[in-house]
Amino acid sequence: MKKGVFVIAEQRDGNLQKVSLELLGKAREIADKLDGEVVALLLGYEVDKLTDTLIHHGADRVILIDNIHLKHYTTDAYTKAICEVAKKMNPEIIFIGATYIGRDLGPRVAARLKTGLTADCTGLDVDDEIKNLLMTRPAFGGNIMATIECPNHRPQMSTVRPGVFSVPCADYERRGEVERFDINIKEDDIKVKIEEIVKSMKEKIDITEADIIVSGGRGVGSKEGFTLLKELADTLGGIVAGSRAAVDSGWIEKDRQVGQTGKTVRPKLYIACGISGAIQHLAGMQESEYIVAINKDSDAPIMAVADLAIVGDLYKVVPELIKEIKAYRQSCEVM
Amino acid sequence: MNILVFTKQVPDTNEVRIDPKTGTLIREGVPSIINPDDMNAIEEALRIKEEVGAKVTVVTMGPPQAEKALREALSMGVDEAVLLTDRAFAGADTWATSLVLAKAAEKLGYDLIVAGRQAIDGDTAQVGPEIAEHLNLPQVTYVEKVEILDGEVRVRRAFEDGYETLRVKLPCLLTCIKELNNPRYMNIYDIFTCYSKDIKVMGLSDLGLQKEEVGLIGSPTKVKKSFTKGPKAQGEKFDLPPHEAANIITEKLKAMHLI
Ligand SMILES: Cc1cc2nc3c(=O)[nH]c(=O)nc-3n(C[C@H](O)[C@H](O)[C@H](O)COP(=O)(O)OP(=O)(O)OC[C@H]3O[C@@H](n4cnc5c(N)ncnc54)[C@H](O)[C@@H]3O)c2cc1C
Ligand SMILES: Cc1cc2nc3c(=O)[nH]c(=O)nc-3n(C[C@H](O)[C@H](O)[C@H](O)COP(=O)(O)OP(=O)(O)OC[C@H]3O[C@@H](n4cnc5c(N)ncnc54)[C@H](O)[C@@H]3O)c2cc1C
Repeated sequence: MKKGVFVIAEQRDGNLQKVSLELLGKAREIADKLDGEVVALLLGYEVDKLTDTLIHHGADRVILIDNIHLKHYTTDAYTKAICEVAKKMNPEIIFIGATYIGRDLGPRVAARLKTGLTADCTGLDVDDEIKNLLMTRPAFGGNIMATIECPNHRPQMSTVRPGVFSVPCADYERRGEVERFDINIKEDDIKVKIEEIVKSMKEKIDITEADIIVSGGRGVGSKEGFTLLKELADTLGGIVAGSRAAVDSGWIEKDRQVGQTGKTVRPKLYIACGISGAIQHLAGMQESEYIVAINKDSDAPIMAVADLAIVGDLYKVVPELIKEIKAYRQSCEVM
Repeated sequence: MNILVFTKQVPDTNEVRIDPKTGTLIREGVPSIINPDDMNAIEEALRIKEEVGAKVTVVTMGPPQAEKALREALSMGVDEAVLLTDRAFAGADTWATSLVLAKAAEKLGYDLIVAGRQAIDGDTAQVGPEIAEHLNLPQVTYVEKVEILDGEVRVRRAFEDGYETLRVKLPCLLTCIKELNNPRYMNIYDIFTCYSKDIKVMGLSDLGLQKEEVGLIGSPTKVKKSFTKGPKAQGEKFDLPPHEAANIITEKLKAMHLI
C-alpha cells in the first residue's frame, strides 16, 4: 500500500479553511518524494460538496466522514473520528492546520495515537536517505528555529502555521476518489456541550500580533492618505500603523504607534511609507522579519535598515502595488 | 474542591536577544519567570477558591531551581506546591512531559485542572491537551471566562472569529489565555510565609514511572538541530518608475509566500 500523507481538511460552517489548501500543496510535494498518496480527511455534516475542491488542489483521495455529530467542532467527536481512521489506515504523516481548532485537536489525537507532534511548523521536508519527515518550527518567541523528527513512531504529525505555504493553483481536470467512512459516535461521547456559538470578526487592533503591518509617517501628509495605506493593508491581509509624527498629526490612533514610546512589533512584513526612520521609530520595528521602505529620500535612515528600499513617491508606488497584488491574486483563483 | 494548576518556569523570552554578529542566542542575564499564561491559570484558581472554596495546588516539572517559581505562586496565595524533579525527566518532549504531569495529577487527586495554553519558550501549546488525553478528561483550550456551576463549569472558549460558550462536567482540564483575568501581585503576608511552607518533591519512583517512558528516551520527537536565523542579509535598494518598483515588491512578497 502507498504511504499516506494525510491532511485534515478543516471546514467551518461548510467553508474550507485556506490553510487546508495550503497543506494540500505541501502534502503533494512530500507525497511525491515518498512515492505516496495525498489523502484529505474531511469531517463535518453535509459537506460532500467540498470534496471536489480538495481534489482540485492536490488530494488523490478524500475520506469523508459525514455525521450529524461532526456538524460543529468538538474535541471529543473529532478526535474519535480521526483516530478511528488513523488506526485503520496507518498514515505515514498527518498534517493539521495550526488554527485555534487544529491546536486543540492535534495534541489530543497525537496523544491518543501515542506518537509525537511538532507544533506550528513553518518548514516541512523529507530526509533524503531515511525518508523521515523534517519539521522546522520557531520557538522561544521566534528567536530560534528547530528541526524536529519523529523517527520511531507513526504517524509523524505536525500542526502547520497558516499563511506559510502558498495555496496551489486549482487544477479542474484532476480526478480523485471519494470514500465514505462511517463512524459510530453517540451524543454521550461528546463531554463538552456547546451552549452558544458567537461569530464576531473582532478586528485585530493589537499591532503587536499582526503578521503584516503597513505603516505610515509624516510623508503620508493627511488623514485621507491613510485610506490608501488601509487599502494596501486590506489587500495584504494586514493592518495599518504609524510613526509618532503620524499619530501626533491625528491621522491614526495612538494605540497604533510603533516605536520607543509606542509598541514594539515583529511582524513578518513591515512596509514603511513616508517614514524617515528616526532611532526611536527603528527601536520599535527593526526586528521585523522583512522590511520594505518606500521613501522619496534615498538617504533616509529607514532605507538602511530595509530589506527592500524603494526610492519613490508613495502616492505613485502604493496604488501600483495594490493593482499588482490584486492582479496576481486573480491569476490563480484560490477558492 | 481540589484544583491543580500546572505552571512552568520559563526564561523571559521578551528579554532574549540574538547576537547580530554571531547569530546565537544571548541567554545571560535573562530572568526566569512563571510562564505568563500560567499566571492567569493561578489567578483563576485563586478566584474560584475565593468564590466557592477550594484547595489550590501548583505543580511544576523542572530542575531544582524551579522551586523559585513555586515560591512565587505560594506568595500569590496558593495552598500547596509540588516540584516534580528527576534527572530522568530531562529532555522531555510534550508527550513525555504530559505523561509525568498526568501521573502526578493521579497521585495528587483533582476536581479541576488548569494550565496555561502555551509556554513562551517551547511554544507548543500541546501539554494541556496531552495531559487531558492521558487522564481521559474532557478539555477546553483557549479559555477566556470561567463560571463554576453545580458539579460543572461554563466556559467561554476563544476562536479566531468569535467564541463559544461551553458547558462541561467536572473533572475536566482547562487551558487559559491572557484575556481570562488580570493576575494579582504577590501578597505581602504571603511573601513572608511562602518560605516557611514545605514544597513537596516527587521523582520517577514516587510517580511509579519507568525511565524508558520519560525524558529524552520516552520522547517520540527529537530535536535534530536548532539554529537562529543568523545575521541578516544586506538589503537592496531600487530607484525605478512606480510600476516597476511595484513589480519588484510583488515578486519578493510572492517568493516569501506573503501573498
Ligand atoms: C523621547 C522620544 C520618543 C519618541 N518615540 C517615538 C516613537 O515611539 N515612534 C516614532 O515613530 N517616533 C518617536 N519619536 C519621534 C521621532 O524622533 C521622529 O520625530 C518621528 O519618528 C518622525 O516621524 P516620521 O518618520 O513619520 O516623519 P519624518 O521624520 O518627518 O519623515 C517623513 C519622511 O517621509 C518622506 N516623504 C515625504 N513625502 C513622501 C512621499 N510622498 N512619498 C514617500 N516618502 C515621502 C520624507 O522623505 C521623510 O523621510 C520620539 C522622539 C523622542 C524625542
Ligand atoms: C526548540 C524546541 C522546540 C520544541 N518543539 C517541540 C515540538 O514541536 N513538539 C514537542 O512535543 N516538543 C517540543 N519541544 C519540547 C517541549 O518544549 C518540552 O516538552 C516542554 O517541556 C513542554 O512544551 P512547551 O514548553 O511547548 O509547553 P506548552 O505545551 O506550550 O505548555 C502549555 C502549558 O502546559 C503546562 N506545562 C508545560 N510544561 C510544564 C512543566 N514542565 N511543568 C508544569 N506545567 C507545564 C503549563 O501550564 C503551560 O502553560 C521543543 C523543545 C525545544 C527546545
